[in-house]
Amino acid sequence: MDILHSDSALPENTLVLDNTTDVSALADEIRRHAGVALQFPKWTDGRAYSQAVLLRGRVRYPGRLIATGEVLADMLPLLRRCGFDAVRLRADQNPQTARRTLGFDALPYQGDVTGRRAPYVTATA
Amino acid sequence: MYRYTDSDRGLVRARAAQFRDQLQRHLAGELPDDDFRPLRLQNGWYVQRHAPMLRVAVPYGELSSRQLRQLARIARDFDLQDAGLASERGGFGHFSTRQNLQFNWIPLARAADVMDLLAEVDMHGIQTSGNCIRNITSDALAGIAPDEVVDPRPYCELLRQWSTLHPEFSFLPRKFKIAVSGAREDRAATAWHDIGLTLRRNAAGEVGFAVAVGGGMGRTPVIATPVNDFVPWPQILVFIEAVVRVYNLYGRRDNAFKARIKILVKAEGQRFVDAVSAEFRALLADPATVLVPEAELTRLQDHFLPPPAPAAAEPAATADPLPAYERWLRRNVHAHRVPGYRAVKLSLKRAGLPPGDVTADQMEGAAALADRFSRGELRVTHDQNLLLPWVLEGELRALWLAAREDGFATPNIGLLTDMIACPGGDLCALANARSIPIAAAITERFADLDELNDIGDIQLHVSGCINSCGHHHSGHIGILGVDKDGSEWYQVTVGGADGSTLSGAAVPGKVIGPSFAADEVPDVVEAVIGTYLRERRGGERFIETARRLGPLPFRHAADAVRGSTALAA
Repeated sequence: MDILHSDSALPENTLVLDNTTDVSALADEIRRHAGVALQFPKWTDGRAYSQAVLLRGRVRYPGRLIATGEVLADMLPLLRRCGFDAVRLRADQNPQTARRTLGFDALPYQGDVTGRRAPYVTATA
Repeated sequence: MYRYTDSDRGLVRARAAQFRDQLQRHLAGELPDDDFRPLRLQNGWYVQRHAPMLRVAVPYGELSSRQLRQLARIARDFDLQDAGLASERGGFGHFSTRQNLQFNWIPLARAADVMDLLAEVDMHGIQTSGNCIRNITSDALAGIAPDEVVDPRPYCELLRQWSTLHPEFSFLPRKFKIAVSGAREDRAATAWHDIGLTLRRNAAGEVGFAVAVGGGMGRTPVIATPVNDFVPWPQILVFIEAVVRVYNLYGRRDNAFKARIKILVKAEGQRFVDAVSAEFRALLADPATVLVPEAELTRLQDHFLPPPAPAAAEPAATADPLPAYERWLRRNVHAHRVPGYRAVKLSLKRAGLPPGDVTADQMEGAAALADRFSRGELRVTHDQNLLLPWVLEGELRALWLAAREDGFATPNIGLLTDMIACPGGDLCALANARSIPIAAAITERFADLDELNDIGDIQLHVSGCINSCGHHHSGHIGILGVDKDGSEWYQVTVGGADGSTLSGAAVPGKVIGPSFAADEVPDVVEAVIGTYLRERRGGERFIETARRLGPLPFRHAADAVRGSTALAA
């Protein structure tokens, strides 16, 4: 998971989408970009988690997925599992704390877009 | 009961460690209140009137004696404070309508230690609050009800696992509640939930779910809309994923009062149903979508095998029939699907204690009864009692004697004093008015068991505010605390229904006039009951009379006993 400086510009060729965009409908345009930035206007507004899952799972978008806006350190385990591979944290967040939160991620119950499978799928495969 | 595996334990321990880290950062000033609040809520920690409230998840109401003893230990050692009135010193828990247990007095600084103690007995507070998928609730008679079609517990466990720390659905527009019923009788109030699931078999004998979406209480009571008659069980997680994804993307976030899925379902109607169907089809068409394999269901079902049937059904106690014992048998003992067993409710509705409350000593007492009479297993019921699911018929009398000693044998199950009530303004910071004194006054007024039995089956539900934790909308009589000019008032409704056979199709009750003062409420309840007793025909029960008459006669009767509010009415 890349942690971008909170005051840094987004990488070139990054498409910024707001969290009401229907990402499936924009698939062709999205695929022309090296990166997509999804937004958390408030950190408790969870729409971008679903957008990310659809981008990875349905659009099969292979590029970089960046979480922007009010991104808190404690969101990283969820963001990673939804397919984000980079974050631009809210300015007051500590990047070291953010990295540490990833360590609390135990074996989850659900499969996810990172290729993890639910434990029962692995067990019965 | 479901037995945790090492990976279940690993997840709960990792979560407890994560919470400890967040709490430490908060106490060190590195994690401000506004950011910490949603994090602690998702672990069950509210900040209430006196201290944080901890809500402990009891998945679909199943509880072991070992777990209950640990809860007693937490009540005794952590849920306390050294100041205030006797009733403000803690040391007790409160069972809620969602089959959970709440503590009210644990200091926040000790929160992480309590989470570790819960983890020792495979418990936690994960997703008992916050805008996420809450504890899965079910029929307290799951697996033992004679009218059961399919045992819902393996499916509840599947849903519990799937919904726990779901990365996509941890920050929904608002809270999200799922209830599952597997019997012909709906004892889980499914129509009042964000998703209500009813297990059924199709003509081919295959198991699936009827799915209803968008029920809920609060300011805008709404009955859930049926959206699919039969989702085959291996696809149920996919279907729910479709529902919750549509909600997460399109549910309102601009107004907390309009953020529940019921508002989206009402506003969009068929378009909502179509969107869910389209998402469901897209998921099923995706080769990456995995359906739950049969082997996993079998693995889960193995956790819920019934104990061996008793060798020979011992005759019920032959000793002289005592009226008190007979009364208890009639009200507190439920039929069982396995011959030789009975299900027994331990009443948590007794004079001197708020509905659903248990002290640390009583938790120990109930745990001992479960060990002696019910294979160490208990259930928390939606109506805030405890239930012993595996009582041998021949041991009923011994259980009755022991339960009486512990104060659990009040023979009032299903009667007026077996009321549902939230903790209300005594403990809850959201409440507009107190529930506990209202419940106490009604319990005192209707102390006579003959009178209670004459009144018969009835559901009285009390909520201290419009959040409806006491389910006032679905009460045959509902009492709602409201705030006017900073003082406590109570709105009374008649004719609400939870969707059970007794109550009829789920529907909110109708208001019987302007709010009453607290000291008028027992008189009003008595007047409403008096109207029923006068007007009932044949064997009609309260709800049937209420439905036949409508609210008006009850309103007139209530107006006639108004005191301080007589002019307003």
